[in-house]
Amino acid sequence: MDFLRPASWEEALAAKAEHPTAVPIAGGTDVMVEINFDHRRPEYLLDLNRISELAQWEVGQDSVRLGPSVPYTKIMENLRTELPGLALASHTVASPQIRNRGGVGGNLGCASPAGDAHPSLLSSGADVEVESQARGVRLIPIDEFYKGVKRNALEADELIKAVHIPKADGPQQFSKVGTRNAMVIAVCAFGLALHPETRTVRTGIGSAAPTPIRAKAAEEFLNAALEEGGFWDNGKIITPSIAKQFATLASGACNPIDDVRGTANYRRHAVGVMARRTLMWTWESYRGDNGRTLEGAA
Amino acid sequence: MRVNFTVNGRKQEADDVWEGESLLYVLRERMGLPGSKNACEQGECGSCTVRLDGVPVCSCLVAAGQVEGREVVTVEGLADYAAHRTDAHPGGGCASGACGTSIDAAKRWQAKPQDGQTGEAGGLSPIQQAFIDAGAVQCGFCTPGLLVAADELLERNSEPSDADIREALSGNLCRCTGYEKILDAVRLAAARQEEAV
Amino acid sequence: MAQNTRTTPAGTPTNVTQNHTKGGIGESTLRPDGTLKVTGEFAYSSDMWHEDMLWGQTLRSTVAHALIENIDISEAVAMPGVYAVLTYDDLPAKMKNYGLEIQDTPVLANGRVRHHGEPVALVAADHPETARRAAAKIKIDYKELPLVTDEASALAPDAPLIHEGRDDHHSGHVPHPNIVHRQPIIRGNVAEARKRADVIVEGEYTFGMQDQAFLGPESGLAVPAEDGGVDLYVATQWLHSDLQQIAPVLGLPPEKVRMTLSGVGGAFGGREDISMQIHACLLALRTGKPVKIVYNRFESFFGHVHRHPAKLYYEHGATKDGKITHMKCKIVLDGGAYASASPAVVGNASSLSVGPYVIDDVDIEAIALYSNNPPCGAMRGFGAVQACFAYEAQMDKLAAKLGMDPVEFRQLNAMEQGTIMPTGQVVDSPAPVAELLRRVKARPLPPEQQWLAAGEEADVRALPGGLSNTTHGEGVVRGIGYAVGIKNVGFSEGFDDYSTARVRLEVINGEPVAMVHTAMAEVGQGGVTVHAQIARTELGVTQVTIHPADTQVGSAGSTSASRQTYMTGGAVKNTCEAVRAKALELGRRKFGSYHPAWATAELLLEGGKVVTDGGEVLADLADVLEGEAIDEELEFRHRPTQAFDLVTGQGNGHVQYTFAAHRAVVEVDTELGLVKVVELATAQDVGKALNMLSVVGQIQGGTTQGLGVAVMEEIIVDPKTAKVRNPSFTDYLIPTILDTPTIPVDVLELADPNAPYGLRGLGEAPTLSSTPAVLAAIRAATGLELNKTPVRPEHLTGT
Repeated sequence: MDFLRPASWEEALAAKAEHPTAVPIAGGTDVMVEINFDHRRPEYLLDLNRISELAQWEVGQDSVRLGPSVPYTKIMENLRTELPGLALASHTVASPQIRNRGGVGGNLGCASPAGDAHPSLLSSGADVEVESQARGVRLIPIDEFYKGVKRNALEADELIKAVHIPKADGPQQFSKVGTRNAMVIAVCAFGLALHPETRTVRTGIGSAAPTPIRAKAAEEFLNAALEEGGFWDNGKIITPSIAKQFATLASGACNPIDDVRGTANYRRHAVGVMARRTLMWTWESYRGDNGRTLEGAA
Repeated sequence: MRVNFTVNGRKQEADDVWEGESLLYVLRERMGLPGSKNACEQGECGSCTVRLDGVPVCSCLVAAGQVEGREVVTVEGLADYAAHRTDAHPGGGCASGACGTSIDAAKRWQAKPQDGQTGEAGGLSPIQQAFIDAGAVQCGFCTPGLLVAADELLERNSEPSDADIREALSGNLCRCTGYEKILDAVRLAAARQEEAV
Repeated sequence: MAQNTRTTPAGTPTNVTQNHTKGGIGESTLRPDGTLKVTGEFAYSSDMWHEDMLWGQTLRSTVAHALIENIDISEAVAMPGVYAVLTYDDLPAKMKNYGLEIQDTPVLANGRVRHHGEPVALVAADHPETARRAAAKIKIDYKELPLVTDEASALAPDAPLIHEGRDDHHSGHVPHPNIVHRQPIIRGNVAEARKRADVIVEGEYTFGMQDQAFLGPESGLAVPAEDGGVDLYVATQWLHSDLQQIAPVLGLPPEKVRMTLSGVGGAFGGREDISMQIHACLLALRTGKPVKIVYNRFESFFGHVHRHPAKLYYEHGATKDGKITHMKCKIVLDGGAYASASPAVVGNASSLSVGPYVIDDVDIEAIALYSNNPPCGAMRGFGAVQACFAYEAQMDKLAAKLGMDPVEFRQLNAMEQGTIMPTGQVVDSPAPVAELLRRVKARPLPPEQQWLAAGEEADVRALPGGLSNTTHGEGVVRGIGYAVGIKNVGFSEGFDDYSTARVRLEVINGEPVAMVHTAMAEVGQGGVTVHAQIARTELGVTQVTIHPADTQVGSAGSTSASRQTYMTGGAVKNTCEAVRAKALELGRRKFGSYHPAWATAELLLEGGKVVTDGGEVLADLADVLEGEAIDEELEFRHRPTQAFDLVTGQGNGHVQYTFAAHRAVVEVDTELGLVKVVELATAQDVGKALNMLSVVGQIQGGTTQGLGVAVMEEIIVDPKTAKVRNPSFTDYLIPTILDTPTIPVDVLELADPNAPYGLRGLGEAPTLSSTPAVLAAIRAATGLELNKTPVRPEHLTGT
């Protein structure tokens, strides 16, 4: 095994070009477990810790440019307003020690369906900025990023440079089921973002299919129902039948397996419950905010 | 490969480090600092918690090569680390609410080398004393990691609620105590810190 | 060590001295090893280090049941840095098996593996990674065999025999060679009693395989000595039992295997069996170098036995006025591939299957199977834990069917001092079962909806799901449940249970100092604290030195069965009394002529002085001891017990009984099936609390392990392959601090006149009743039957 320690992004790209099998390591919270348990012996480890810009973020006009190594703790503490869904998800990651080291880049690089960041990235509509020495930068829409179980759209010579996440234009929520009240890998998870500007709702489901997915049929149904009922304008309470149908469709989007963490049936069921609850929470928040806005204007 | 970093204020060098070794292994097996514990080596138990540039992390998940040039504080150096903090903030509390040790401050801090290695000369930190007094130590295997995590909690939050304590220590498994006396210990250390102000 | 010219390894235990503490028994003195443990200096077995040491690695079977057709070690041996590769053929002695009671466990597999993760080969190398890579290069050809995974496959007509040609002392009475041991207990006449029953309830219960999950992994260091022997530093529960099993397979006389207890990172039964001890010694003796073995967490799940999973079938009847008429049960424990403690687990499960209740007519049967599942053995409360889960569920069912309050129903049937157990044994010391229940019930309930207390926003940390943000109160229902249990203390069934203590009293720097030397394994329970307290009380000294535990002193028995304070505490007391008598005799010789009270009064040692029972000071102890040291080593035994009759189960099998009750308050997210335990209140009789701080710590810790197996802990074995599916802390979950509620503890001290200081062993009882109390509370919240533990979200949501 060789340990590559690039001091700059350019060096890192060069190293990855030269050694396409090199495994990037940043927080180490996935890679080191695999090494400690003898599940993996990469030829090269590519340490990204020395590249400080990967651990930085910029809040822009419309989006946040999030470095892949920004620890979850920093996301929770600093980006709650801009990225509430991701901040909530960050708070559910493992333990404080892990949140101090791990970042979104690890979730994306590993592309495990259980990664806690995925549902929020999906529901926000993020873009992943990747770069290779040979072909330069490209942006991969999150909807095209996940390719299979633990497979993503990165080429062997590419590294994740940043994640561009649209700033929240409405309430966002994240829920995750685990069989312990802390420090648990998702049995399944659900993220939901209201986008009042476009009058759309986006979702993300974790750990209930070979890859993180969106519940597209549920989104389409809800978008239509909200539009039809004038909900975005009148701020009415969402009817139980709409919430129920949304939950059913979210469940239907799952394609889960039975494993030691949970059964497929339970995952489908739980995703439905979380879909309904996160919809109610975000919608109540949207109505509340609308109320305050109106009061403020008056 | 060779790795150079600072542990408990003392510059350390490790040679012939296998590239897959963790910081935990290097501390325990190469530097004679076995205080950080090897309970799970998968980031699930927190017994290997150390401060890396001031930040609590699981040392089992930090590759040895990643600590090149960085500062590590282990349980062996905790008493000195806490004493230094007390010097910087007399009374140990922090009314301003900004009492955390910044990374820069942590980097500037240098322990007296002979103290940092053994923890003897500096006596015990308040959290160490509180763990003994409250009966929070049984087998003691989780204790070093809990101490580092709890000390960091009290550094940023001098009056934590029970829920705050539980959240801050949720990454540290203990199999002996049922956690009640660990909560007692953190409350006790916080109360003593408060009295000392 | 004189015969060993090597330097002492780093991490070798040293004497622990506690100065200037006056505390005798009854005071909450602090741990003598506390300072070492909070500074990181306390040397655990995994911290041992020796110049020039090698690392040992175990290669384990990847299949559960197979013949080994070929082992090719050639590539492994050829690797640079590899010093030895050992297989069965390299074992040096005629004896090649070991075992706690039945020597059925091969040191290394002999042509056949019987469970997933069985040791097949060993490697010693100069770096752990080299050892791992070498182990990976050993080629083993397996020919898989049919599996035994449960009672049906164990007893099927064509079932493969896990152990052929058994000749152990249980083999003669078991109905099938795949049954390790069977213990029936018959008392009264169930058929007649059944006729009096107005209601009958039946239940089939399943208890999952729990892991001890001690945090300090199996580890140790073996150092070869020049005399051909070996010095072994290891974390274990019983040094002398290890020694008895280690020496024969090394082909060494016991005196050439010198064992020292290293720091033990928890045990809970999981270190009662041998793990890496023999392997490290074999590699050290072969290579002539010190060898360290440290399991990682993955290997630890294969490196020790687990709690027996069980199926329990119960029938109870009761009259309309709430008196239990009879009980029938069959308890099937899965012992896995090797016997370990299975026979004793059967004995406990059967003899305690009735619970702490008066039931005159019983028909009980308990068996342990041999199977290809992971071996199971000792874990805190063994046998009694599984039974308590089932009989307490039955009590709730009976109460419900009778329309009675579940606590009042239990109290109505509760045993008390004088009750006759199903084995015919009379309970001859306090058994405050009804009182314990009364106490937990009388405690005020924690406020409802505490998650709202902080303000408008729900604090998810106080809700089911915790930080995962699954509910803000939706679907959350509270439930309350009760349970009580009974456990035996000490080794039962006629076992010659004893402990040994050596006490030395002398003057050092002008002060009298006691040194206590035992082989008791301090695993965290605080035995060392209590030993110092006993020495202070009995010898009136303030300074007590605790000698490291080793095999240079007689056996202490195991740190298990809630027995160490009773047994080794009793041994320390006993030896101190003898030392005191000698000190007084010395005093009489030296100073007797100065005061008539030396001859006439009852004399005591207090505060470093010889005093009369009237409080008059006769001499300084330091003056009495001047120039002489008193050194005594004595054995201590509890009163003898009897084996249970193999047909009727009758016999005074147990030494002492111990009781605890729990009340669980839970909140269940009924839609997602997630549980938050809000409070687990408990009451327990400890006879006499020698150290209340430690007592409460034991009770809270045991309670939490019971909580774990109620809602999350289970080793999942694939029934198709008998392979363990979750050997990691990622998938074998134990409670975090956010899963553990407040645990108020109510301690009773009703003395047992037969026990030292009247104390009652206490470590296990809290592990019994907390699980069924949590289950009862979840049933109350959900209305579901829930016959299996741990409860999973699937069970609560019907998915």
